[in-house]
Amino acid sequence: MNLLRVRNLRTEFNTDQGRLKAVQGISFDLAEGEVLGVVGESGSGKSVAAASIMRMVPQPPGRVTADELLFDKTPLLDISEAEARDIRGSKIAMVFQDPMRSLNPVLTIGHQLIEVLRRHQNMTKQAARRRSIELLEMVGIPLAERRMAAYPHQLSGGMRQRVMMAIAVSCHPRLLIADEATTALDVTIQAQIIELVKKLQHDLGTAVIWISHDLGVVAGMCDRVNVMYAGRIVETGKVDDVFDQPSHGYTLGLMSSTPRVDGTSADRLTPIEGMPPSLAEEIRLCPFLPRCRVAVPACSDVPPPTREIGSPDHRSACHADLRSHWRVPA
Amino acid sequence: MTAVADPILRVEDLSVHFAAQDRHGGTIKAVDGVTFEVPRGTTLGIVGESGCGKSTLGFTVLMLQKPTGGRVLLDGKDVGAMSAGAMRKLRRRMQIVFQDSMASLNPRMPIGDLIGEALDIHGLYRGAERPARIRQLLDQVGLASTFAQRFPHELSGGQAQRVAICRALAVGPELIVCDEPVSALDVSIQAQIVNLLRELQREIGLTYIFISHDLSIVRHISDRVAVMYLGKIVEHAPKEELYANPTHPYTKALLSAVPVPDPKIERERNRIILKGDLPNPAEPPSGCVFRTRCPIAIDDCARLPPPAKTVGPDHSAACIRV
Repeated sequence: MNLLRVRNLRTEFNTDQGRLKAVQGISFDLAEGEVLGVVGESGSGKSVAAASIMRMVPQPPGRVTADELLFDKTPLLDISEAEARDIRGSKIAMVFQDPMRSLNPVLTIGHQLIEVLRRHQNMTKQAARRRSIELLEMVGIPLAERRMAAYPHQLSGGMRQRVMMAIAVSCHPRLLIADEATTALDVTIQAQIIELVKKLQHDLGTAVIWISHDLGVVAGMCDRVNVMYAGRIVETGKVDDVFDQPSHGYTLGLMSSTPRVDGTSADRLTPIEGMPPSLAEEIRLCPFLPRCRVAVPACSDVPPPTREIGSPDHRSACHADLRSHWRVPA
Repeated sequence: MTAVADPILRVEDLSVHFAAQDRHGGTIKAVDGVTFEVPRGTTLGIVGESGCGKSTLGFTVLMLQKPTGGRVLLDGKDVGAMSAGAMRKLRRRMQIVFQDSMASLNPRMPIGDLIGEALDIHGLYRGAERPARIRQLLDQVGLASTFAQRFPHELSGGQAQRVAICRALAVGPELIVCDEPVSALDVSIQAQIVNLLRELQREIGLTYIFISHDLSIVRHISDRVAVMYLGKIVEHAPKEELYANPTHPYTKALLSAVPVPDPKIERERNRIILKGDLPNPAEPPSGCVFRTRCPIAIDDCARLPPPAKTVGPDHSAACIRV
């Protein structure tokens, strides 16, 4: 049984520049306890897709439609705003890149944790306070009891992100959506937060959607990955399959432009030339075609069909045969 | 450290200390006793986490920040002892590129004028030569000459960074300090800018100080790398040596924390997870500043600041445990 089922999700915005199609019909499933990575560059629609699932896209100017958007049997697009608010924070939690924007600067950390527990778990003030201290200890905040009285600005960026994690997991969500949650942090602090998320996922069985532009982080913590470009999922599969046998021109481009800290230093970076297309454009063919290094004649004729690569799990919408670029042969 | 041939830049025992602004007072040693040389036409990468002093170091090399101790020598001449007039002439030779270039471009000026302004300040390419020079500069950074008429808001992040590099190049510099120049860009665009910087270096022999928190990108652009922690250089070596044989426990932890885009390698890696955060820079630990987070610290580490020790060919590390 899948925890989340998404079919043909579309999100559009009416703007001065016309109708921007931020998410253009994406479909995927997420199993209970699974960790799904979503990679793609700025404007690929990865954050908007997550916000659409969370019912956080203001309508208007946005418009979110889907053939199916089921979370644990609940049709997320058909429920009322009040019901959506109940699900957010209790069953689905979200952590963003900048914790300063999610935390209230004039309330103490303790106040904000207690508020969530009382709102969603009907706890008494004392019980909520005890649980808050436990949560802060669980996410590795030293002197948790004293930190309850701290204001967000008195904590470092890594500490604030831990507080966000504590708030996010306080109600045992079934799904945690992390949108570039470690992007603003230093690598040693990022490593601490990733360990924490892995532990929470392992101990509590929470499913995770991990949105990141960092292929390394996704390789290290996810089971599966969706590669997004211009509002579409262009490739999807188990992380091992996608990283070893990239099967879309964009995935390949992303990998060859990513610098690595290991390996031989001779490897030169191959950038993806040009820029992503405007979301206002109607694109019939492959959206990556103008920047693609491995395009074949068919790419200029017909839109790429989604095909299976090796296993039914691994799918890509690309005409080109990329087997000669694979680091693990088929 | 061994002396290098033809250093364009030599930094000697450089310090920048600030009085802490909070109620506890104290001194923040943003840069503390830093010494290095940069050979002409090469790239020195400076890596470290937020608050380690890497940007302050870059500013001080250009005298945008006055040092409180030590010297900066450009071609053997003490930059800090120069008159205002001599300093102005010197600015032509040393330029800087920032992370957020959009913020350094006047939104009301077309790109051509933004580049021309740099020429005007130094009285270069006046009159009829000017438009031709601007076209040539735009071409050098891979922008079509039509960009001269565009305004900053019409640029993407990568294009804004090209314009910033273009402005730095306009006055014919020899040394460019690049302070996190690609950190705000998507990886595909990052690679474009890194390759551009390398091409320019090959063509006109530029010297770079490349400041970044990203160890992967630094590895791709640098010839030598210095690792900073709380105002000090803790390890310094040629690039291949540093990445193959990291010696200081901080460098080791830093390298092990960088994720690698390969699920199999990631699963088998032994990550060194450092405890806690950077200490308060106004109250740094006694002795070695890294000892409070160091996995191999001993009692002796609290006694004296560790001197830089030679640990390999042209490779030094400031740690008593190595």
